[in-house]
Amino acid sequence: MQVEMTVNGQAMSADVEPRTLLVHYLRDHLGLTGTNVGCDTSSCGACTIHIDGESVKSCTMLAVQARGADVTTIEGMASNGELHPMQQAFMECHGLQCGYCTPGMVMAATSLLNENPTPSEGEVREGLEGNLCRCTGYHNIVKAVLSASGQGGS
Amino acid sequence: MTATEQAPGGANIGSRKLRKEDPKLLTGEGKYVDDIHAPGELWMGMVRSTMAHARITGIDTSEAAAAEGVHAVYTGADLADMGLWIAPLPCAWPVTPDMVNPPHYPVANGEVHHVGEIIAVVLADSRYGAADAAEQVVVDYEPLPVVSSIADARDGDATAHADLESNKAYHWPLVPDPDALEAAFANAAHVVKAEFEQQRLIPAAMEPRGVLAVPSPHGGDITLYSATQVPHILKVMVAATTGIPEMKIRVVAPAVGGGFGAKLNINPDEILAVTLANKLGRPVRWTETRSEAAFSTHQGRGQLQTIEVAADAAGKIAGVRVHVDADMGAYMMLITPGVPLLGSFLYTGVYHVPAFGFTCDGYFTNLTPTDAYRGAGRPEASYAIERAMDLLAAKVGVGPDEIRRRNYLNGGEAFENLETASTLVFDSGNYAPNLDAALEMAGYADLRAEQQRRRDAGDSKQLGIGLCTYVEICGLAPSRALGGLNYGAGGWEHATVRFLPTGKVEVVSGSTPHGQGHETAWSQIVGDKLGIDPDDVTVLHSDTAISPLGLDTYGSRSLAVGGVAIAMACDKVVEKAKLIAAHQLEANPDDLEFEGGAFTVKGSPDKTMPIQGVAFGAFTAHNLPDGMEPNLQEQVTFDPPNFAFPFGTHVCVVEVDEDTGNVDLLDYTAIDDCGNQVNPLIVEGQVHGGIVQGVAQALWEGASYDHDGNCRNPSFLDYLVPSAAEVPNMKLGSTVTPSTSNPLGVKGVGEAGTIGSAAAVINAVCDALSPHGIDDIAMPATPARVWKAIQNAKGGQS
Repeated sequence: MQVEMTVNGQAMSADVEPRTLLVHYLRDHLGLTGTNVGCDTSSCGACTIHIDGESVKSCTMLAVQARGADVTTIEGMASNGELHPMQQAFMECHGLQCGYCTPGMVMAATSLLNENPTPSEGEVREGLEGNLCRCTGYHNIVKAVLSASGQGGS
Repeated sequence: MTATEQAPGGANIGSRKLRKEDPKLLTGEGKYVDDIHAPGELWMGMVRSTMAHARITGIDTSEAAAAEGVHAVYTGADLADMGLWIAPLPCAWPVTPDMVNPPHYPVANGEVHHVGEIIAVVLADSRYGAADAAEQVVVDYEPLPVVSSIADARDGDATAHADLESNKAYHWPLVPDPDALEAAFANAAHVVKAEFEQQRLIPAAMEPRGVLAVPSPHGGDITLYSATQVPHILKVMVAATTGIPEMKIRVVAPAVGGGFGAKLNINPDEILAVTLANKLGRPVRWTETRSEAAFSTHQGRGQLQTIEVAADAAGKIAGVRVHVDADMGAYMMLITPGVPLLGSFLYTGVYHVPAFGFTCDGYFTNLTPTDAYRGAGRPEASYAIERAMDLLAAKVGVGPDEIRRRNYLNGGEAFENLETASTLVFDSGNYAPNLDAALEMAGYADLRAEQQRRRDAGDSKQLGIGLCTYVEICGLAPSRALGGLNYGAGGWEHATVRFLPTGKVEVVSGSTPHGQGHETAWSQIVGDKLGIDPDDVTVLHSDTAISPLGLDTYGSRSLAVGGVAIAMACDKVVEKAKLIAAHQLEANPDDLEFEGGAFTVKGSPDKTMPIQGVAFGAFTAHNLPDGMEPNLQEQVTFDPPNFAFPFGTHVCVVEVDEDTGNVDLLDYTAIDDCGNQVNPLIVEGQVHGGIVQGVAQALWEGASYDHDGNCRNPSFLDYLVPSAAEVPNMKLGSTVTPSTSNPLGVKGVGEAGTIGSAAAVINAVCDALSPHGIDDIAMPATPARVWKAIQNAKGGQS
């Protein structure tokens, strides 16, 4: 089945099995392996991407359901050799260790600030509830998101 | 070294340098195993047992084998006939000469011993095709009696393996002076006795395990990419298990998404990928699904502990006696039987214990094998002694801080190289100031006042304050000590430091990071040692073709062994460079000073040469001292003379809702002492993550099994790995008591948070409930358990 969508600003097209999950389309067909898979129950958020500007766990939908959509993955966040401000904040606050949850976490956090530009600490914690991290204890992730929102330094 | 001395070296060691690793990981450039592909690769799909203990009476692979895109289907019998391996999966730690160790092959043949054990393997062209084909294999079973718990294994009639007479695998004692121990208990004014269950935990590193084996059909080489913490050990064990000559095997651990001990094993999938890739002449890959991980990756903990503490009237400890029944699971994996032993030495905690005894019985069950999980034996030990200290405090009638002060080693004052009753020599410690710092940061006096206020008011939300002062064993390990414990390898680590012609530096390390920031921290050490910019250093690791010597990453050993090896190799580089510089400056080497990355003749500041210039001279080799080899490269294999013993105090504040049993974490303070710190930013990150893993054991996590040996909560839907919403901000601080076990004075911090936190949390919960006479709550302290305990204490009146 043919699917066409815009991924990180580029028009992409491929012939996939109808049952192909969007995350596997991105990873296995387009080679965009920055989006990770951490579970099989849509619990961990490692596969979070943006579809038409909103964060979505890309294991929760089929590639064909994203036909015509504007998709952004972690590979589309840095531009002109500069990290996205959220990526920069994660680096400055040591908000990552093994890095596996990080792409999904960065995508979820960016979306969170789009919806709520100056969240409280509690709102950040609630807002990232769908993204699991086993390394950081979340302390520095929360700090990074607050920092990226202009609240508190690194 | 004194307790307050700062880290050695220049501007880099001790600085909060941002991590070199991050830009790749933040942008998706980091390549994990599942991101790497090889042309012509086949996907493995595993047919796993749905029964915990059964005889396999039939396997029908016909439908799967006929499916489109399926290349082959192999049962355990097929694979045994193919002669792909020469030995079972290895156990490197036969803790006693008579330890029972049933053979564990990658695929079951005849009898299965836990749910999820592999029964057959399919090879297909695609990820989905392999999963489909595995579903199409039909297995017939004849059920056998199931051993689904330690108590079943110890007390029941069924055996986990049909051909075993008993489930007991070994008995291991550490009782240095039995008579003294008896006397301590006979003469005690107080004895507390408690039983604790260390529930099984699913490690749940965010990256599932995965493998890709790429063969060279004509050359005979094989490259195994694996999400592993132990590429070097894996290489040796692949050779020993398959008979493939070791020099033909290359193991690569690419970016690895967390380990926590779960990736230090030698797994069926790794051996299958290598042998089937060789057999078929095509790359073979497999990636674990999360729900599969409860069966395909070992679990942690799984112990029943009995601890007794004898003390005098004032609460001074006279003796500690411990027995552990440990759940091995269905098989012995790499270090399964040794995990309780790693904890055995720490049941005396940070205390002066005149008499000590520890015994452990290992038992087989029909459950997923256990093995190392963050802390590996040491969180269990710390939990038992720290819970027991609170029970002792209540019995003696003093506060939890006071009972600890009365018992600290060396009276709570600083010490070095102190022998304990558990036969270890603690490198250094200084416990009372650490406790003071934690109590002050936590606001302990105010917390106690608020607790009293709520108690007086009969508030439905009661405050609990829990302390834990832990010590752990890091820097695994002095090779002779490991030999004494019958462990199958040494504990050294290797490093090579080389200048490149352009003045940049390559470091090759045998330790293998999976999130710890080694590239950054090692660069800081090299920066100070060689007087260069840490950004002029690159660190090569995790590929046995690039880093052929190493013993990998576990047991908080990387810095205290591997980092020290790098520092020592730098010293050797400077030594050689000094001879070259002296030669070229026409000076006596003894007259040269090395500072800020340059050699200068004392008293002649114009006679100077930067080390990069020396390195270029060593490369061209035009003008070296007679007989000196070209190039500036040195290597060191460091075998530590002793372990390192970090310690710390955690203070946990919980709010227990007496109406619902819910436990909320209000505040968490940790003052850790890991000796000198190379990068405090990284240290704090390790402590944060470690604390949350221990908190999670205390409050939320636990692999739950039914009587048939089925795991009830294998997926993230049911297994409660905490999210940001459940955990509080943490207040961290540190004291610095340098280690005497290595020249950097460093200790290790990867497991510290986990070792201190579970006891602190449960001590806090019990503290909140103490007015009801409740002195223990089993982990995880779920709302249901807490609520029931309150109702029982009230005599069933709600």
